[in-house]
Amino acid sequence: MAAGTLVGQARGDAVSISVSGTWTAEYARSLEPLVDAAVNAKTAARTIAIDVAQIDRIDTYGAWLIERTLRALKDKGVETRLVGLPDRHRGLFEKVQAGTQELSPRPKRDNRIIATLESVGRTMAAVGEDVRLIFQMGGAFVLAFLHVLVRPHTFRMTSMINHLERVAWNAVPIILMITLLIGAIIAQQGIFHFRTFGADIYVVDMVGVLVLRELGVVIVCIMVAGRSGSAYTAELGSMKMREEVDALRTMGFDPVEVLVLPRILALIIAVPLLSFLGAMAALYGGGLVAWLYGGINPSVFISRLRDAISLQTFEVGMIKAPFMALVIGLVACVEGLQVQGSAESLGAKTTDSVVKSIFLVIVVDGLFAVFFASIGI
Amino acid sequence: MSIDTHDHVIKVRDLVVDYRSHRVLNGVDVELNRGEVLGFVGASGAGKSTLARTIIGLLPKRAGTIEILGVDIDKADDDQKRAIDRRWGVLFQQGALFSSLTVGKNVEFPIREYLRLSNKLTTEIAIAKLEMVGLSPDVYREYPSELSGGMIKRVALARALALDPEILFLDEPTSGLDPISAGDFDQLILTLQETLGISVFMVTHDLDSLHRVCDRIAVLGEGKIIEAGNMERMLASQHPWLTSYFHGARAHADWHVRVKG
Repeated sequence: MAAGTLVGQARGDAVSISVSGTWTAEYARSLEPLVDAAVNAKTAARTIAIDVAQIDRIDTYGAWLIERTLRALKDKGVETRLVGLPDRHRGLFEKVQAGTQELSPRPKRDNRIIATLESVGRTMAAVGEDVRLIFQMGGAFVLAFLHVLVRPHTFRMTSMINHLERVAWNAVPIILMITLLIGAIIAQQGIFHFRTFGADIYVVDMVGVLVLRELGVVIVCIMVAGRSGSAYTAELGSMKMREEVDALRTMGFDPVEVLVLPRILALIIAVPLLSFLGAMAALYGGGLVAWLYGGINPSVFISRLRDAISLQTFEVGMIKAPFMALVIGLVACVEGLQVQGSAESLGAKTTDSVVKSIFLVIVVDGLFAVFFASIGI
Repeated sequence: MSIDTHDHVIKVRDLVVDYRSHRVLNGVDVELNRGEVLGFVGASGAGKSTLARTIIGLLPKRAGTIEILGVDIDKADDDQKRAIDRRWGVLFQQGALFSSLTVGKNVEFPIREYLRLSNKLTTEIAIAKLEMVGLSPDVYREYPSELSGGMIKRVALARALALDPEILFLDEPTSGLDPISAGDFDQLILTLQETLGISVFMVTHDLDSLHRVCDRIAVLGEGKIIEAGNMERMLASQHPWLTSYFHGARAHADWHVRVKG
């Protein structure tokens, strides 16, 4: 099988182009320059006839290349004709000739500065919209919660227990491991630097306050946002994509009550528990390093810890946990229910969910710090 | 290339396919002749889609041979397999359009991968294909999630036809379409099959499609081909499943007249 050929022959102001050979997809790459050359050739011809009688095989690609040549020549003001079209190819050519190729013009791009300003504006508007949606979801969550309080039998206990297993119980090993390491690292760094001025023992204060008051809960929340928040978003998002959420609504169920409430409640229960376990593991890690690396005896560590921190330090840390869980849950559910039809949108919303919830966890932590400072704790 | 023109574009012999511990196909013999439309029917779960997916190579087989365009796919090397991939197009039941690409990019995808044409020609061919399946060129820039079910099927058909294949696999092409759209789609398949000279392997439940489009019908049941032949043969068959299928409540009385007349 040979690639197609194209031979032109001039007779006065009439040119006849004869095409032959194979005009199919696999040869389209080499055929395109051929027809372009034919179109661009300088000619005084008034009429051009393309003779296709010698073609062996042709498909849409070949038919379109010939049709394109005819159209281009016509645009140059030449009279064109297609001759020698065999019956077996007539249908194909008719199909190709029927196409208009008229693509509506691309929407005009604005000036670059205006476009930049517009995108900044849109981003800010989107931030405002996010805040509104989170508050709206918060309101819907509270309403659903009150509704369940009035009619407890409508609460989906099984669902909540199932989520609790996934976000709390299954998260225990990784949370313990990470917080143990964090505690150990803080203690090691503290001892290393405090030792230069002989204040090794203050490492116990630092580990105790940091872990119980700030870092323990924040690290746990970051882990939960990455581990469970993303899972919530992906689950709700794929349910939204497959119209499962709409199905629930048509059956008269409130998606917030059925899907969101058990998930967020499970988080609100799980995060304080995990924070407690995490804090204990971090103290253990810190104590271990203090003993092995800093030579601080465990009994000394414990008695020093007792002096350095009060129950209040622990409470300040723990009180933050349910609020942060609420923020993570709300963001995850809002993002999940915003997923549109495409797989790409599911991925984008899952990413957004994790990024926004980690950001908000830190913001909430900051707000608590301001609050506790102003009430003098 | 050692792929030649052959009378049977697909030849399946003694095909056995297991799904977990369950034998779905048990000795299927079937062939698709050049230029014909072969319709596959059978009860839900009889293995129609399994057969199509096994031929395309998405499912492993336990025993038997599959010959496509004269090449035994067990003995084919990678180049031959790639050459075969290029010469068939598959229309999946849900369209299976890439949701992150626009309609135009979906159709252009196989063209870019296999042919490496100029951007201009690639775009023109994609638009030509979209117009051939009866869509306006304006859908070129839209995303699959913005289209209706019927349009998704048409775009999927345009993508399946992108490389001008010789074999077209259709998995329930008219499912989920209203009767008018389904009728239009049947007509579209028929005209494209005639103009492009494609051989079509169609799995369907739609009796009207079978009647309008198919040259030959094969019936799958109990893991085997129960019956194969034209519509008259189906209507004349005494097999209990066939009688209830073709003479049941949803069969049209006028077929019998049309077939005989």
